[in-house]
Amino acid sequence: MPSIEVIGLTKRFGSLTAVDDISFQVEDGEVFGFLGPNGAGKTTTINILCTLMRPTSGEAKVAGYDAASQRDAVRQSIGLVFQDPSLDEQLTASENLQFHAHLYNVPGRERARRIEEVLRVVELWERRNAIVRTFSGGMKRRLEIARGMLHRPAVLFLDEPTLGLDPQTREHIWDYILGLQRAHRITIFMTTHYMEEAEHCDRIAIIDQGKIVALDTPDALKRMVRADIVTLQTEDNERATREIQERYGLKAQQEDSRIRLEVEDGAEFIPRLVRELGVSVVSADLHRPTLDDVFLKLTGRAIRKAEGAPVDMMRLHGRLWRGGRR
Amino acid sequence: MTAAYASAASPPTRGRQAGLRANARGVYIIWYRDVLRYWRDRARLVSSLGQPLMFLIIFGSGLSASLGAGLTSELGDVSYVRFLFPGIVAMAVLFTAVFSAISIVWDREFGFLREVLVAPISRAAVVLGKALGGSTVAMFQGAILLILAPILGVSLNPLLVLELLGLMFLTALALTSVGILVASRLQSMQAFQMIMNFLIMPMFFLSGAFFPLRGLPGWMSVITRLDPMAYGVDPMRRVLLGADLAPGIRIANHHLGTLEDCLILIVFAAVMMALAMWAFETQE
Repeated sequence: MPSIEVIGLTKRFGSLTAVDDISFQVEDGEVFGFLGPNGAGKTTTINILCTLMRPTSGEAKVAGYDAASQRDAVRQSIGLVFQDPSLDEQLTASENLQFHAHLYNVPGRERARRIEEVLRVVELWERRNAIVRTFSGGMKRRLEIARGMLHRPAVLFLDEPTLGLDPQTREHIWDYILGLQRAHRITIFMTTHYMEEAEHCDRIAIIDQGKIVALDTPDALKRMVRADIVTLQTEDNERATREIQERYGLKAQQEDSRIRLEVEDGAEFIPRLVRELGVSVVSADLHRPTLDDVFLKLTGRAIRKAEGAPVDMMRLHGRLWRGGRR
Repeated sequence: MTAAYASAASPPTRGRQAGLRANARGVYIIWYRDVLRYWRDRARLVSSLGQPLMFLIIFGSGLSASLGAGLTSELGDVSYVRFLFPGIVAMAVLFTAVFSAISIVWDREFGFLREVLVAPISRAAVVLGKALGGSTVAMFQGAILLILAPILGVSLNPLLVLELLGLMFLTALALTSVGILVASRLQSMQAFQMIMNFLIMPMFFLSGAFFPLRGLPGWMSVITRLDPMAYGVDPMRRVLLGADLAPGIRIANHHLGTLEDCLILIVFAAVMMALAMWAFETQE
């Protein structure tokens, strides 16, 4: 039985379609990632799967329960780590977990043992009696992950689990998440717009403007870009672009002050280009395809650039979520 | 470890009784959190006593001096400060009760509300837990003011205090429920403050805390009868100062007794809570 099953899911806010007829399945024990720019529909999808929003149409099943009609059953089976902190900062770490344990019906005799267990996993046991307000951003996130695991969910949802954290803390958090996943074989569904982070997933769905544009393993996705990526800076980018297209029949794209092209063997191509091009080359850079390049290839935009307009949409989500129906 | 994990993550299908137990546990922990936070926040505990005290001293002394003659004929030999005292206790209850509901808006702003709303408990449990938490805290706050009773020459005994605690709790329940209903759909603290100012002040002034609700202009006496707080102030004054000063709110030539006041408070609280539950249930 798949852990998550989504068929034809659509969510509209007025005239705006945030999620547009998407379908996918997440297998049991899989780490599944939703990758896309802000406002692509990631958080909306998570909110529907977590029963926080009702879909306009389509079906979403989590752990075998319908997210619209069997909400309590879904809620009991999932753990959530939100994008924004959702701890009571005036309580201690252990009080926050006590609160959660009661809400999720963890039996009385189990509570203390489990709280200790999850706090030790995220290395916060020594700080259990400290008020959460005094915690750093990374510690708070770790506490939230611990909390999400406390009632032993079948599926753990992580919405941008490392947003706003420094790279080192981010690595740590990933160690915890993957450690938990391996130890308990839980399914993890996460969203991110960090490409490096998406590499931790077994499979990735790339989502843009409410639609899934690709779904595969990170390696398979990267194979879609079948070449090396060369970025150039020249003294006259206009002319260089034209020349490259005419002379080599390559598709060259200008972005900012750079030219970007895909070639089979970059190491061999760059010296030749420098020699033959009528414009002098200021700098040349070569790299293997990343998920950034995959996103660019699929949508024609860089993932960071794609965050212009849809930010409004995200704000709209925020309003809808915070304000309820108006 | 894996096996233990799997067995503990038992399927969430459960009987009606188990569901009821889960919700009761939810009510308890939401209540407990409010009481814990109140207890921990000593600064709030002390500072929120300042306002009632100020009212008692300034209005009590100031008004009784200037309005002395007129009021004395109404109040008999009870000084205005003593007359005011039950109203001030009710005021402490009102302010604490309504502002404890503000924690919902606060929780929404700081994300904690989501932790509550995605939990597998019903919205009814959330509202009930919040209402009981706010009422408990407001009752404490009112009870602290009873320390002043001997200074004002109002005598207390254990039974009386118990009676007062009950009245304070029911008054608080009605008023917290109003606050929760308002907070259930609001998103910003500013909006909450504004609405509460339009609600709290009239509720306070028209409750009979300051002046007896007798011989008022017709329109005003109609409004006072719609004020839930009035049904808390009157019985509290009756318990503290006797039936002469609080003969009961008159509806259709009948003076309401304490039990009838309690009943009105309970019904009012129930209606407000039901509306708040509905408001939470229907929002996304």
